[in-house]
Amino acid sequence: MSELLQFLFSGVTVGAVYALVALGFTIIYNASDVVNFAQGEFVMLGGMITVFAHAAGAPLPLAALLACLGTAALGVAMNKLAIEPARGAPVVSLVIITIGASIFIRGAAQLVFDKQIHSFPAFSGDDPIRILQATILPQSLWVIAGAVAVFTGLWLFFTRTLLGRAVLATSNNRLAAQLVGINTPFVMTLSFALSAGIGALAGVLVTPITMTSYDVGLALALKGFAAAMLGGMGNPKGALVGGLVLGLLEGLTAGYISSQYKDAAAFLVILGVLFFLPQGLFGRKSTDRV
Amino acid sequence: MTLLSIEGLGITFGGIAAVKDVSFSVRPGEIVSVIGPNGAGKTTLFNMISGVYRPGSGRVVLNGEDVTAMSPHLLARRGMCRTFQNLQVFQSMTVLENTIAGYHLQESGPVLADLLHLPASRRRARAAEQGARELLRRVGLERAAEREAGSLSYGSLKRLEIARAMALQPRVLLLDEPAAGCNAVETEEIDHLIAEIAASGVAILLVEHDMKMVMRISNHIVVLDHGEKIAEGDPATVSRNPAVIAAYLGAEHAAG
Repeated sequence: MSELLQFLFSGVTVGAVYALVALGFTIIYNASDVVNFAQGEFVMLGGMITVFAHAAGAPLPLAALLACLGTAALGVAMNKLAIEPARGAPVVSLVIITIGASIFIRGAAQLVFDKQIHSFPAFSGDDPIRILQATILPQSLWVIAGAVAVFTGLWLFFTRTLLGRAVLATSNNRLAAQLVGINTPFVMTLSFALSAGIGALAGVLVTPITMTSYDVGLALALKGFAAAMLGGMGNPKGALVGGLVLGLLEGLTAGYISSQYKDAAAFLVILGVLFFLPQGLFGRKSTDRV
Repeated sequence: MTLLSIEGLGITFGGIAAVKDVSFSVRPGEIVSVIGPNGAGKTTLFNMISGVYRPGSGRVVLNGEDVTAMSPHLLARRGMCRTFQNLQVFQSMTVLENTIAGYHLQESGPVLADLLHLPASRRRARAAEQGARELLRRVGLERAAEREAGSLSYGSLKRLEIARAMALQPRVLLLDEPAAGCNAVETEEIDHLIAEIAASGVAILLVEHDMKMVMRISNHIVVLDHGEKIAEGDPATVSRNPAVIAAYLGAEHAAG
C-alpha cells in the first residue's frame, strides 16, 4: 500500500511537468494548428537561465523571473524570425521549422551555457513530507501547484476573455478572424510568448528535482506531446489530464515493472491514442466540409 | 459626399496588367456593383480594395484617409468589411458565436476584468449576444443560432457572413458574389437584405454575376473588361452601352 502511494506521488509530480509542457503545446496549437516541437527547449531554457542567473548572484526568485521573461522573449523571436516569414506555408512545413528551431536552440545553449548537468536549491528545502506511509518532496508540491495554476489561468483565458477567444478564432479561420478585426500577427506573437513563458516556468519548477542540462528538452517535448495527444490536442483540460495520466503510467511502470521501461509507457500511449482514439480524450471533433 | 474612393488602381501579375487604372467612388447608402465577364479583374480589384493585394499603382481612400494595402483587421476597425465568394466563417463555432465574433471590436475590455468575470465584462458579453441575435433575426437565421456553422446550407452561410460583417457596424460593406451558388429564393432574400442594409446608410460595393440581381438593386454600375473600366453609370445606361454589350456578347452582336 505504502509502495503504491509512493509510486503515485512520483507519478503525479512527473505528470504535472508533462502537463505543463502539454499546456505549452496547447496554446500555440490553438493559435496556429502548429505543434511546436521546440516546446521542450523552452523548458530547458527555463532551468538553465535560472541556474546561470542564480550563479551570477541573482536571488532565486529574480533568476526564475528572468528565465521566464527571457524565454518568452525568445519565443517571440522564434515566431518573428522563423514562423512569420513562412506565413502561408502548410502546417507540416511549420512543424518542421519548429524542429529546426529546437535543434538550433539546443546547439546554442550548449555554446552559451555548457554541457554540464546543473541544479539549484529547492524552493522550500529538501525535507520530505510524510503523508500516510509515503513521502513527497516539497518541490513536488510546487510543481503540482504550478501545473494547476497555469491550467486554471489558461482555462479562464480561453473561455472568458475576448483575447483568448480571439486566439481560438485565429486558429479556426485566420482570414475570417482578420475580417472581424482581430490582429492575427499579434495573436501569434502573444501565443508564442505565453507558451515559452509557461515552458520556462515548468523548467524552473522541476530543475531542483530532475536537474537540467542543455539536452533535456527533447525527451520532455516528446512526453509533453504524448500527453497532449492523449488528452486531445488544443484542450487545456486534455493537456492536464493527459499529463497526469502519462506521469502516473510512468510512475507505476517504473515501480512495478522496471524503470528501464518507463519511457516506453509514453510511446505506447502515443501509439494507442493514434490507433484507437485519434481525437484524444477531450479532443474536438473535426468536421471537414466537402 | 464620397465615402470610399478608388483612385487609379492597377496591378500587374508577371508583366500582365490584371487591373489598369480603375477609378470610381461610393457614397453612403449607395449600392455600387462591379460587373464584367470572367477574368475581367473584378475579384483582383476587390482584393486590392480590401488590402489582400498591394496595388501596383493608385490609392484607396476611405472617408478621407489613405487606406491603400492596409491589412484587413485595420480596415475592419475603420469601418470597411468584406465577405468572400468562397465563404470565410468559423466552421466549428455555432452560428451565434460566429456573429458574436463580429462584436470583437466593441466588446473588448480589459483582459483582467474578463478573467475575473466582473459585472462590466458580463454586461458587454450580454450586449454582444443580444445584438448578435437581433442580426440573426434580420438575416433569417435566428432559429439556427445554436447550430454549428459547418452544418448550414450554402445560402445560409452567405447570410451568416453578412450578419457577422454587419456586427462590425461597417460604413462600407464589400460583398463578393453574395448570391453565387444560391437558388432563386435565396437570391431574392439576399437581395432584400442588401437593399435594407443600404437603406440604413451603409455604402455597398458588390461583385456579382447574377445580372438580374445587379440590375435590380444597383444605383451605380462599373463595368470592367480585361482589367479596364469600359463603362460606368446607372443600370439603364450601362445595359444600353455598346461597349458593354460587346464585352458580354462579342463584338459582332454590338455591331449588328
